[in-house]
Amino acid sequence: MTAASERAPEKPSEREDLPPVPEGYVRLTIDDRIVDAPQGELIIRTCERLGIVVPRFCDHPLLDPAGACRQCLVEVEMGGRKMPKPQASCTMTVAQDMVVNTQMTSPVADKAQQGVMELLLINHPLDCPICDKGGECPLQNQAMSSGRAESRFVEEKRTFAKPLPISDEVLLDRERCVLCQRCTRFSRQIAGDQFIELLERGAHQQIGTEETAFGEGEDFQSYFSGNTIQICPVGALTSASYRFRSRPFDLVSTPGVSEHDSSGASIRRDWRRGAVTRVLAGDDPEVNEEWIDDKTRFAFRYTQAADRLLRPMVRGDDGELAETSWTEALERAAQLLVAARDGQGPADEEGHRKQGVGVLPGGRVTVEDGYAYGKFARLALGTNDVDARARVATDEELDFLGTRVAGTGPDHVSFDALESAPTVLCVALEPEEEAPIVFLRLRKAARTGTSVHHLGQWSTPAVVKTGGKLVRCAPGDEVTALGTLPDPVAANLAKPGAVVLVGERAAQVPGLYAAVADLAARTGAKVAWIPRRAGERGALDAGALPTVLPGGAPVADAGARAALASSWGVAELPSEAGRDLAEILRAAAEGELAGLVVGGVALDDLPDPDLARRALEAADVVVSLEQRRSEVTDRADVVLPVAPVINKAGTFRNWEGRDRRFATTIDPSGGSAGRVGGTAATTLPDCRVLDTLAVEMDVDLFTQTPEATAAEFARVADALAGHRAGASGTFTSSRRTNGALTASEAANAPFVPDEGSADGAADVDVEVIDVEVAEVVDGELVEVAEVVEVVEVVETHHPALRLATWRQLLDGGALMAGEPELAGTARPPKIRVSAATARRLGFAEDDPAQLEGPHGSLILPVEVADLPDDVVWAPARVPRFDGGVTTLAGLGLSHGGVVRLHDGREAQRSRTIERSSS
Amino acid sequence: MTDPLTPVLTKHWLGPESWTLRHYTELGGYQALDKALETPADDLIALIKDSGLRGRGGAGFPTGMKWSFIPQAKPGEEPTGPAAKPKYLVINADEGEPGTCKDVPLMMADPHSLIEGCIITSWAIRAHFCAIYVRGEVVHCIRRLHAAVREAYDAGHLGKNIHGTGFDLDIVVHAGAGAYICGEETALLDSLEGRRGQPRLKPPFPATAGLYAAPTVVNNVETIATVPAIVSGGKDWFRTMGRERSPGPKIYSLSGHVERPGQYEAPLGTTLRELLDLAGGMKDGVPLKFWTPGGSSTPLLTDEHLDVPLDFEGATEAGSMLGTTALMIFNETVSVPWAVMKWTEFYEHESCGKCTPCREGCYWLAGILRRMVEGEGTEADIDTLLDVCDNVLGRSFCALGDGAVSPITSGIKYFRQEFVDLCTAQRRHPEVDRIVELSGASA
Repeated sequence: MTAASERAPEKPSEREDLPPVPEGYVRLTIDDRIVDAPQGELIIRTCERLGIVVPRFCDHPLLDPAGACRQCLVEVEMGGRKMPKPQASCTMTVAQDMVVNTQMTSPVADKAQQGVMELLLINHPLDCPICDKGGECPLQNQAMSSGRAESRFVEEKRTFAKPLPISDEVLLDRERCVLCQRCTRFSRQIAGDQFIELLERGAHQQIGTEETAFGEGEDFQSYFSGNTIQICPVGALTSASYRFRSRPFDLVSTPGVSEHDSSGASIRRDWRRGAVTRVLAGDDPEVNEEWIDDKTRFAFRYTQAADRLLRPMVRGDDGELAETSWTEALERAAQLLVAARDGQGPADEEGHRKQGVGVLPGGRVTVEDGYAYGKFARLALGTNDVDARARVATDEELDFLGTRVAGTGPDHVSFDALESAPTVLCVALEPEEEAPIVFLRLRKAARTGTSVHHLGQWSTPAVVKTGGKLVRCAPGDEVTALGTLPDPVAANLAKPGAVVLVGERAAQVPGLYAAVADLAARTGAKVAWIPRRAGERGALDAGALPTVLPGGAPVADAGARAALASSWGVAELPSEAGRDLAEILRAAAEGELAGLVVGGVALDDLPDPDLARRALEAADVVVSLEQRRSEVTDRADVVLPVAPVINKAGTFRNWEGRDRRFATTIDPSGGSAGRVGGTAATTLPDCRVLDTLAVEMDVDLFTQTPEATAAEFARVADALAGHRAGASGTFTSSRRTNGALTASEAANAPFVPDEGSADGAADVDVEVIDVEVAEVVDGELVEVAEVVEVVEVVETHHPALRLATWRQLLDGGALMAGEPELAGTARPPKIRVSAATARRLGFAEDDPAQLEGPHGSLILPVEVADLPDDVVWAPARVPRFDGGVTTLAGLGLSHGGVVRLHDGREAQRSRTIERSSS
Repeated sequence: MTDPLTPVLTKHWLGPESWTLRHYTELGGYQALDKALETPADDLIALIKDSGLRGRGGAGFPTGMKWSFIPQAKPGEEPTGPAAKPKYLVINADEGEPGTCKDVPLMMADPHSLIEGCIITSWAIRAHFCAIYVRGEVVHCIRRLHAAVREAYDAGHLGKNIHGTGFDLDIVVHAGAGAYICGEETALLDSLEGRRGQPRLKPPFPATAGLYAAPTVVNNVETIATVPAIVSGGKDWFRTMGRERSPGPKIYSLSGHVERPGQYEAPLGTTLRELLDLAGGMKDGVPLKFWTPGGSSTPLLTDEHLDVPLDFEGATEAGSMLGTTALMIFNETVSVPWAVMKWTEFYEHESCGKCTPCREGCYWLAGILRRMVEGEGTEADIDTLLDVCDNVLGRSFCALGDGAVSPITSGIKYFRQEFVDLCTAQRRHPEVDRIVELSGASA
């Protein structure tokens, strides 16, 4: 009698004592346990569900199977016959009546796994005691669980020079690498950035870049490079910012939410002694899956920057800011603000006194802080002059947001909806630069059949990596382009589930928000709004806008105001629609408004930084709530330090309308862990500061803590939900009463070409171009190189150049402070023009070009791209060598506007001389 | 006594300028093509199936069956899935197995037999594009192939509307970059697509998703060069040679310690004893010690195996494999551990690096063998060698790892004593002396 017949392998799918196998499932046996698994599931996943851990390195649930490391070998029996070789459970899918024996029940699988583990370790340096990964290392752990105690290897290990920087931020230790290819597969499949690849072969195989392979060339220029560090199952990839800083078991890990964009990515902050040492991606399948961008990962040192504000300051009679107590600062601020509110401030020569205070919370507020700013403006200052949009902002946008965005949630458009959409059209949104997590999801969608279209000016990396479908138009012509969308795109948008994503830059093109709304009405596509900053969406719903009340109800709605007044326990609320950002600044600059309360606003981010500077200078009172010294604090009368996200709790409402709550990461008052080193001072959340400030003004906000604020906001939003404009389908900004253009609209007046006809529609250049996709195998999308010819200068009369512009992800933003390596991974700022325009203007690739606006100029190298002719693209914000930034807005330039481009060599020479002589 | 040689593929090799189209045509070349183009494609596949032709690249997979795996549109139906995609023929001419030298001489001496085979095969599998992937080091051979393809185009055998049948075919000769792994068919396809040559995950198999994810037949040079002969001579003629399950002629490449090394085309199933007779016997009469039946990846055999019929079954029964019929013959002067070390160093150098067992295993095995050959091994090393081999065999991603351990396991199987002798005679490690001296133990 044989063992086989004893087992009597009755097929589990045919056993009568078991329920029938559900549709789409197969029934198999793993380690003598019968299990139903969905068809197509990998054996290793089924094992996981059973609680059987098969060791692995190359396997990652979000990457395509590789079968490279061979650590997960198991024995498989099909049709009663054992397969002759053990199989990689990470590549083989389950099948009906399959019998799987893992290392738990199969000596063959166990020996195979032990053998692979021993082989993995022979060339590994075993330098765990000095390795960043030590203590959280899958290789270390699995060597303990599945390895031999003693090595038989006595030969010489293969060695490499180390570490090898493959970018400023990512360092490679080739000796530790087990060549699982997780990093290269992530870069190729998820990010679409083929900057790293396997080089050489055999034991000399290694990860490398063009630069490491040839001594020069591209390094690891990916916005998502940090993910490779996190998924590296050994210590081969480490970050410059964390290397040798800590041991994982000495750190406290606190879940958090990214403050860097509007996606609200789940993150984990590891910290000790009052300071964050690293940020890792959290695992949230509905939002960021397991990925984050490098800005979210590496830009966390700003809280420890030298210019961090820790104590309140009041400007004394000598005109200098001096640190003082909270009590004194708040009293002083309250006294100044009350006077400004009531028109009791200093009188000018004619006895005229300014009156009123505008509130600019900035776009990075939490929902709670945004709510507190709005409530502070309406109750303590008696005004609707509050606008959280620190960027080009229009009434048209307010209408759009009030009607189509306020109050919507993930059931409207979500990350998952993008993935399953047949078609997505991005308008005024460059996802990789402005919403990197959205970009990752769009790329994932594109790889699985979604056609992702971009309305833009050139085939940016994001366009190429999401399928290369660009609807190209000249900047400023987006409205016409949407009106005349060519057919594959328009027809696709009519399919159920199609989505139009519109970015905040739509405010820069008059009529674009309306055109998006029209397009949605025409095609039935859903519309979602994706701002850049983390707080913008929350500020909308929390009512930190001039025409929007908490819950998204319009200020113009008397019923909504009454309901809110009753909730807030006041008799009435200001009924006049508030001034928006540009109006507030203009009013302050022109002496109408007496005071400004300014949150986290960087003047360089504003559409007219000079106007903002004049406004701050002109205002009688400036109260600044800031984390770090800024141009605003330099001009403030009272500076109130507020807590960065790591020192407070709160909620970011992401672009989906999903609430992303987070608890305090480091509580500076919470014992020694928070207080030693780092920034130990107690700073408070904006909502708490505003609450206390209001108390000094004899107003109660009841926003002492983020928790209390959130609870009240939820109640209020519920009470006002019926008044939301989206519910009634109408939202009219009451600001447009006199028929005149508001300041912000005037600043963004439509572009009229120099000699072109006023009839813009007639000569609009709209064309659909499909970027050639070199490879379609495995859904790979590979960039196509541009070829530049030698150019000759040809003098002809041509229309004026028009500017297309948006911000790049890593462009010296305020939150990147203190992390020089991150700045080193930024995409080099370049001016882009078409080949014909480059030829006409006499530029060859990499020639310096001087971009000239009314208020100054900027010199950047030229790159040829597939823009329409006579269009110039330049990044909206360029970090300077001196640590400052140059913004195109600061130069007086705007998207769609006229710009001039000159040979930059002469100017560059004189500037260099200037710099060297100064 | 009948002539033991059956020159079919090698028939033209000794002719003047045998590689030219003129010579090939004078001897009846491209007549099989006309015959094939008059035959329905499915009938051609059936013919090759019935002929029993098996792949000459080493694994011996039935060629006709491989062709029949290509999904074809059903008559009268709109094709869907892989059947709707273009089909490709890829010739594996990346001959790199140690000892193997049949494909390159064939392409040098008679490239048109390959090209004619390519056209007939493409017709059968309905491909309009064929790539010949040639090992990059053999520049002369690549040039000759290029010239032959050009001649074939000029003669109307390639290009549009071949022989007026409306059938179009383009052939591209592609030079590899010199990686042994690219002889593995899926690595070859990746390399051909311009990627890093490493084996692909299977499934999908090339028959459904090969070159550019389209249905692809990958065949060896010798296999395809045999096709015109079968079309001309018929399956029954083909089966007059060789044995029931391994019919046809085969080029045996004899190298090493024989009097007249070279290519001997004989029916499958010919024994080494017969081949040695043809090659004039062992060089200088020094007795045979060991040999490989088909390159270094096939377990080595000894003088016990002189009468093993060298076909797919016979070699397997003897505990080895037919491989590429590259018979490397070693006489008594050769140390087995040394030869095994040299082979293992080859695999160490050529392991592609994709999977752990092969990449690390070859590195380790080569290290141990080097140390043993230098006289610093121990008997425990023999056990370690065998255990590491066991951890590589059947655990690696592709067959390269399996091949890499063949010389070691078979070498120890037949010549264990030689390895042991190396250990007993082991030199003391200089380090040991130094340590002994430093510790004062010698005093």
